[in-house]
Amino acid sequence: MKNTQASSSGRVFCIGHFASCILALICAASSASAQISLVGDWAGRYQEDFQDRVPGPDLGDYTGLPINEAARKYADSWDPSRVSLLEHQCEPYVSPHIYRGPLQFRIWEEKDPNTQELIAIKQYLGTYQQWRTIWLDGRPHPPEYAPHTWMGFSTGEWHGDVLTVNTTHIKAEFFRRSGIPSSDRTTLVEHYIRHGNLLSHVMIATDPVYLTEPLIMSEEFVLMERGNQNWLYNCEYAMEIDRPKNEVPHFLEGANPSLKEYAERYGIPLDAARGGAESTYPEYMTTLRSMLSGGPDKARPTTPPGPSREAVTNVGPTLSGPPRRRADLVRSATRGGWSRRAW
Amino acid sequence: MIVGAGANIAVQVGDDGVVVVDTGNGQLTDKVLAAIRSLSKNEIRWIINTEFDRDHAAGNEAISKVGRTVNGNPAAVVAHENASARMAQAGVADDGRPFNTYFEHARDFPFNGEPVMIYHDDGAHTDGGSMVMFRRSDVIVAGDAFLTTTYPVIDAKNGGSVAGIIRSLNRILDLAVPSKFLQEGGTYIIPGHGRIADEADVVEYRDMVVIVSERIADMVKKGMTLEQVRAARPTIDYDLRYGADSGPWTTAMFVEAIYNEMKATK
Repeated sequence: MKNTQASSSGRVFCIGHFASCILALICAASSASAQISLVGDWAGRYQEDFQDRVPGPDLGDYTGLPINEAARKYADSWDPSRVSLLEHQCEPYVSPHIYRGPLQFRIWEEKDPNTQELIAIKQYLGTYQQWRTIWLDGRPHPPEYAPHTWMGFSTGEWHGDVLTVNTTHIKAEFFRRSGIPSSDRTTLVEHYIRHGNLLSHVMIATDPVYLTEPLIMSEEFVLMERGNQNWLYNCEYAMEIDRPKNEVPHFLEGANPSLKEYAERYGIPLDAARGGAESTYPEYMTTLRSMLSGGPDKARPTTPPGPSREAVTNVGPTLSGPPRRRADLVRSATRGGWSRRAW
Repeated sequence: MIVGAGANIAVQVGDDGVVVVDTGNGQLTDKVLAAIRSLSKNEIRWIINTEFDRDHAAGNEAISKVGRTVNGNPAAVVAHENASARMAQAGVADDGRPFNTYFEHARDFPFNGEPVMIYHDDGAHTDGGSMVMFRRSDVIVAGDAFLTTTYPVIDAKNGGSVAGIIRSLNRILDLAVPSKFLQEGGTYIIPGHGRIADEADVVEYRDMVVIVSERIADMVKKGMTLEQVRAARPTIDYDLRYGADSGPWTTAMFVEAIYNEMKATK
């Protein structure tokens, strides 16, 4: 951490040389104040990955994710009405996911009152009332047996004007709210890059349980000159339907009716819709074209386990199409009772 | 929580003395006692065993002898009667066995200014398990009904069952209350093995056990053999988190335990 190193040098010089001490302190202060400030209220811009971040992905849309077979199986059996269970209703998103939804957040700094050294950068994420502390004082991460939280435990360091944050101890949740899971072994690296009133946020998530390669995501936020008042997220869990305690909504093998919807609606080969690391690289376009033109057998789409279903009108052979609807997700989410989280 | 000496050990300290929940595998008892003494110099009054397995109870004798009840005896060891009986069957010496046993579904006593609630985990990991809740501290010591390291260990030979595991996990969910910050913190749960957890962690684990059980039950209904069930990999989405191909509790053993139970209750 640049600031700490500078101030540490200052303390060493102070032992024997008063003049050097003054010089070192000046250098340390200069170093600290040279760092760009991230302080302010920031609101999301959703031109990037809009469908994924605002209305929400279609069920069966696993595109763009370097997931493994375990994640596919989890997502195939995922019934959105599971979030209507009492203990799930008020769960927020985890740190690798929360910036992907509609979000405004506030950043401020905590400084040592005596030295004015930056101890931590703090965040309050208004959409789900989550707090983050990004420690910059060089402290270690907690031991393995420490609790995990939605936001995890974060430490940061400056690389020039880029704040890089490492987060561990994150709870299990989702990379994509249509059922793509993230495990509690997930770790996250973030980069905060400010350009005037814009803040670029890059996330690199690693999950040895559900990802075969790191998942890289990016978002843009804009500084709010007039912060709005939407900073609270009241959530009161309540069971509004009678159900046994043992009931955990999920689909057995072959019973999920929604797995083909996305691929059929957009005319995308099923194999392509089911994600995987290889499908996230530009070279995959060749494979995709081959699939669309009925190419080699190995590239031909396979059918995921699921009941046969009448094809939805094919809106075109390319990856583009009309705006997708959220109706299916909402319909599924409310099948077993209303969930406050399924928006 | 004291870790690294077998199963997790929980310690409650106060003016009344010390309660120790589980005593570890007996190989590092000196270190366990040193850790307890770093928390309190008061007498160890009570020991509670959540399970009778050696990794939970092998330190009973040594830690009990260091402690003292108000009557001047070694610290009393509490457990369900089934646990004590199983330990006797296994040849555990009297000094290492619980003699302050209970038969009913629950037991409680006040200590250090809070109710200590002990619930029988009937037919979960075994038929002798207990779950301990420190009601004011808002901490549940779950025993092996909840683990963050592996699939639940179902010791069917000693009365364990997946139905009992689910029942115990549901009880944790009933007892645990999250803090006001959106389903996090609040009641803390110490698993038999693994990291400190809260309600959100337990509900994920409960969901996993229910889903895997229902998948296997469905396969049993379809007439599939154990080999066919294993080949269908009903745990694939959780194996990289909880599964194991070797060691004392493998994925294959977990699937077999549920298969046998579903077959028996079909």
